[in-house]
Amino acid sequence: MPAIETEICHFFNCVLYLFFSSCPQSTCVHLLMDVLSFLLHSDPQRLVGVVGLEIHAQINSKTKLFSGSPVGFSAPPNSLVSFFDASLPGTLPVLNKRCVEAAVMTGLALKCTVNKKSFFDRKHYFYADLPAGFQITQQRQPIAVDGALLYSLLGGKKRNQVIQKTVRIKQIQLEQDSGKSLHDDLRSQTFIDLNRAGVGLMELVMEPDMSCGEEAAAAVRELQLILQALGTCQGNMAEGQMRVDANVSVHEPGEPLGVRAEVKNINSIRYLAKAIDFEIQRQIDILQRGGVVLKETRAYDSKSGETISMRDKEGLQDYRFMPEPNLPPLIVYTDNASLPPGIDVRQAVVVEAIRKRLPELPGVKRDRLVRSYGILPEHSFTLVNEEGLVEYFEEVLKATAKEPRKVIGWVTNDLLGHLKEQNIPVSQRSVSRTGNAIIPSCLSPRLLLVYVPAVTHTSHVGLTQVFQEMWRSPGKAAQQLIQEKDLGLVADTNQLHSICQKVVDSHPHEVDAIRNGNKKVLNKLMGLVQKETKGRADPVLVRAILQDKTS
Amino acid sequence: MATYVQKMSVFRLAAKPTNRGLSRFYSTWLTNAGTSVTTGDGSPRTRTRRFRVRVRETTCTLSCRAYNSKVPQFPTWEPVSEDRLPPCTQISADLVDKLERLALVDFRTKQGLECLEKAIRFADQLHVVDTSGVEPMDSVLEDRTLYLRDDEETEGDCAEELLQLSKNTCEEYYVAPPGNIPLPSREKRAAMLRDSEF
Repeated sequence: MPAIETEICHFFNCVLYLFFSSCPQSTCVHLLMDVLSFLLHSDPQRLVGVVGLEIHAQINSKTKLFSGSPVGFSAPPNSLVSFFDASLPGTLPVLNKRCVEAAVMTGLALKCTVNKKSFFDRKHYFYADLPAGFQITQQRQPIAVDGALLYSLLGGKKRNQVIQKTVRIKQIQLEQDSGKSLHDDLRSQTFIDLNRAGVGLMELVMEPDMSCGEEAAAAVRELQLILQALGTCQGNMAEGQMRVDANVSVHEPGEPLGVRAEVKNINSIRYLAKAIDFEIQRQIDILQRGGVVLKETRAYDSKSGETISMRDKEGLQDYRFMPEPNLPPLIVYTDNASLPPGIDVRQAVVVEAIRKRLPELPGVKRDRLVRSYGILPEHSFTLVNEEGLVEYFEEVLKATAKEPRKVIGWVTNDLLGHLKEQNIPVSQRSVSRTGNAIIPSCLSPRLLLVYVPAVTHTSHVGLTQVFQEMWRSPGKAAQQLIQEKDLGLVADTNQLHSICQKVVDSHPHEVDAIRNGNKKVLNKLMGLVQKETKGRADPVLVRAILQDKTS
Repeated sequence: MATYVQKMSVFRLAAKPTNRGLSRFYSTWLTNAGTSVTTGDGSPRTRTRRFRVRVRETTCTLSCRAYNSKVPQFPTWEPVSEDRLPPCTQISADLVDKLERLALVDFRTKQGLECLEKAIRFADQLHVVDTSGVEPMDSVLEDRTLYLRDDEETEGDCAEELLQLSKNTCEEYYVAPPGNIPLPSREKRAAMLRDSEF
């Protein structure tokens, strides 16, 4: 709000106060003053949310960032801990090359500048799951800076308009994860498992370029897809492989940013959107009531859908950052030509070599799908969203040589719909890392060949039955099932002729209507034929036969 | 920077407790570093270079336990006159409160405050050093190559060995007190301290 307006507001408040303070009914006065001051101070229409994210992505590596102990989820407690991870005196950090390469690759995929020289620092804080009393991180000069993440939202009434957005990436830094604490409130003690202590993390800091939960969720989803495509992070939020903290504030556009609250404890993308939207609304409500937003850390409670103050005094945090004395600067090289003489090539991290290994990123993949198959942009999102589905779609196309726009409908509606209905996780990445494992083997494109004719002729009833049979008896060849259960598409012309004849004979009124020019009635007859054949008649054939018989 | 390097060397010494004449080296080094900082008279560049060189030499001397002639036999220093120092730092009650909370130490007595003020005054001498145009030094290892390890499992699976070092364990977990408990407010703490004196 411009200064002059503030002055006026203040003046009004003073006048109002002087005027009303002599009045005996003080509660009433206060209420009235609140309302007036609210009307003067803020325009509720103009307050908008500002969201920045900090994302901790666990690096997909075999061993930890500074020690040779393995990385694993749900192993017996303290079984993946080395002397260094337990901070025994005399142990020293030895940096994992894979973690450096993963961070560089992620930086390149996010259009960052990779710093040729970066430093490690110690960040001190006192907590039982951090046995050293400090975390090794990169505060002064991180490995990658100044990038951008392009993401898209589906907007419009039908949610089929693709809106492109960008969020700037401030930096990517390498750092250690902490251990895990299990609190036993009854006996007031904490159990410490150091299996996660020392696992390599990439902390990605995003600039506050987003304005609502939906945008933040879309950005995180896109980042998740990118990291999974790169293989630098598995991105499973439920297992804590990706942890998101949101910095949320509200302000009037054009004005300086408001006081921000940091929302932690968000463990799914859906909750991220909800937590942010709740927090924006909470802050707007506070300001509209004339209150002040506190700079604080809040936790998201997924049960109530609310954010709750964690009541820590943020002003009192002092991390006592200092350069990590046990690690010289981390140097990466632009290309092989820039390697200094005498360096062990296996030791060198070469940026251009990593750039060459970059896979096709989700955004590029979606564009390619739309361009080469002529499918709708929103379908390209659906395909890319489920790991392995693009490969599956392309295999089906190759195997069947069918029109892509027909196959896409089948893959995105029937197949995905069915998988969801049966509550079969579409992505089973944790079980198998090969992309194709997501589709049960009974639905391999080769076996599907049998169905695609049925599918592309929209015989949904038959299809669903075939699906169900296939889940009931996995491993059985689909063709065999169709024959056994008599589920195949009825394409026998003689059989169809006799069924059609029966329908025509028993419905003289409808036949008359058609002959008098009401062609729509033909659909009713077609429905009757499908009823007879349990929806498995080849509709193209049926239509032809009926037209012939009613002409 | 100087303080930082000192810490490093002290750590080195502390890691070798068998070193004979430890306390002598300890004091020599500390005062020596102080002298080199406060009495340098050349251009900032040469001064720093000399300082750097001395750091390396001294570390080397310490680690090979030889009596190097470049290390002064006796501590020497020149006091820095008060007028060259910045104004004394005033410590507000709020700052004391913050420091007490961070350090989990009570020092709100006259004596405690004096001690803190003296420590700050001592550190103020560093302001006299002209460091313009000098690139800060992070570590004595900064010109070394950082060794990069292959991503192969070499350690771990020693829970039993680790847990037996801990005083308090349960099954395969370390047991710690409940999470950090926020300190009571300053007023409450003052009241508690008053009560505890009785």
